[in-house]
Amino acid sequence: MKGRRTLARGAASIVGVGCTEFSRRAGRTELQLACESITAALDDAGLAAADVNGIVSYTVDPVEETELVRSVGLEEINFSARIPYGGGGSVGVLQHAAAAVASGTAEVVVAYRAIRARSGATRFGSAKTAPTPTSGHSGTTAMQWCMPFGVLTPASWMALNSVRYMHEFGVESADFGRAVVQLREYAAANPAAWGFQNPITLDEHQESRWIVEPCIHLLDCCQETDGSVALVVTGSQRAADLPHAPVRIGTASTAGLFEQEIASDHYRPDLSVMDGTMALGRRLFEDAGFSRDDIDVALIYDAFSPILLMQLEGLGFCGFGEAKDFIADGNLALDGSLPTNTNGGLIGEGYIHGLNLVLEAVRQLRGTAVNQVADARTAAISASRTGAILTLD
Amino acid sequence: MAADAPIRPSPTVTDDSAVFWDAAAESRLVAQRCADCGRLRHPPRPMCPACSSLEVEIAELSGQGTLYSYAILHHPQHPAFEYPVIAALVDLEEGVRLLSSLTDVSKDDVRIGMPVYAHFVPTADGPLIPVFRPSEDL
Repeated sequence: MKGRRTLARGAASIVGVGCTEFSRRAGRTELQLACESITAALDDAGLAAADVNGIVSYTVDPVEETELVRSVGLEEINFSARIPYGGGGSVGVLQHAAAAVASGTAEVVVAYRAIRARSGATRFGSAKTAPTPTSGHSGTTAMQWCMPFGVLTPASWMALNSVRYMHEFGVESADFGRAVVQLREYAAANPAAWGFQNPITLDEHQESRWIVEPCIHLLDCCQETDGSVALVVTGSQRAADLPHAPVRIGTASTAGLFEQEIASDHYRPDLSVMDGTMALGRRLFEDAGFSRDDIDVALIYDAFSPILLMQLEGLGFCGFGEAKDFIADGNLALDGSLPTNTNGGLIGEGYIHGLNLVLEAVRQLRGTAVNQVADARTAAISASRTGAILTLD
Repeated sequence: MAADAPIRPSPTVTDDSAVFWDAAAESRLVAQRCADCGRLRHPPRPMCPACSSLEVEIAELSGQGTLYSYAILHHPQHPAFEYPVIAALVDLEEGVRLLSSLTDVSKDDVRIGMPVYAHFVPTADGPLIPVFRPSEDL
């Protein structure tokens, strides 16, 4: 489809970021975690609560807007939105925030996610059968179609695609393992990460127990985490007057295809490729006019390692079936052609449902990342269904 | 089967999906077929995505298919199932895909592309659901 309109290029910028610690047990509510990360992000932006008139989060976030407004002390909200598709929609908060700012609907928008994925009642990796037929606007209707057959967790849903991918392209578990070793090397240097000072070897990966055979060992899984991340978005003109160099939202997009679900994406004809992510890549690169060669650092949603490889291919950073060689050749490392998930990813740093990948992209462009890519000026973020390109002026 | 053997939970049925589960409860495997353009579809939905027709027929399916993909589930374990669960995506010969699970096969003998066929097993509240076994067992 030609001539699609994309988000006004660079009209909005990320001017503040904040987070809590990432832990196994936060010991406080999601509402409090959200308050803490938002306040930190506003401090970072040099803005006050009274400046905020828009808020964006995920449909699955437990924090009520009314409670958030009365806790943080926001004076008047003129825009709010919630993005469906669970973690697949995580970068969609940037699209909505930027669209609201670019259209004049809101001036300062806060995007946040607060989660107790470890200590709370919503542990994704637990064995539970669902009382409801769907998963609540997370893009997963799998509950009724999967639960009676024992297919209960995101790992089990995604594994069906991963096994077909392995079959089609001759990919082996060790190929996923080499990606994980790289992520854990990054995490080992990141004091905020679960994997801080704890790198792994490929042997350790291969020896960790099966979660789903033959594609997902324990060490292929992200770390269910408690914590919160918040971002502050405003117009790029106003951004120029704020303390930090603005990180422009070069473009942000959502791409969903006919019959596509999120974790339970089982009805597209060819499940050995993430064709929804191929569509996202076209929006981010061809439509918005960015080049894959210009990407200095990539942040790619890695709830489980197989989808990291499949997104690298879907986004066009390498050919289909070639991600295993792309990774084995060291391209995801700091001295590679595409340093990726430099915070350790969701596997190595923790799982704030994808929003910590956006946080890392901002840190890279500000030059404040733990594993800093030299002179990083352009970052690509993909959560498979939503994505963005961030740039420095 | 021992009285306390694991038994699968019953599906959560909605008005939109009852056409599939109600048939399964009678040991019938069905899909919706558009009464206007003839297109088969699964999961069930009220409108034909090809022609926007709301007229729908029930197509009886043979239960014969091939294994499109699988996954051997080891962890976490829920008391309603026997492990490892072998999750399966089955491409039925009529052209729709079903998510189900495999029975009567060792995990080491599962191969993508193997022919499989449906049979029906009970769930906790009584209704039957379709699962698959290798066709060599016929």
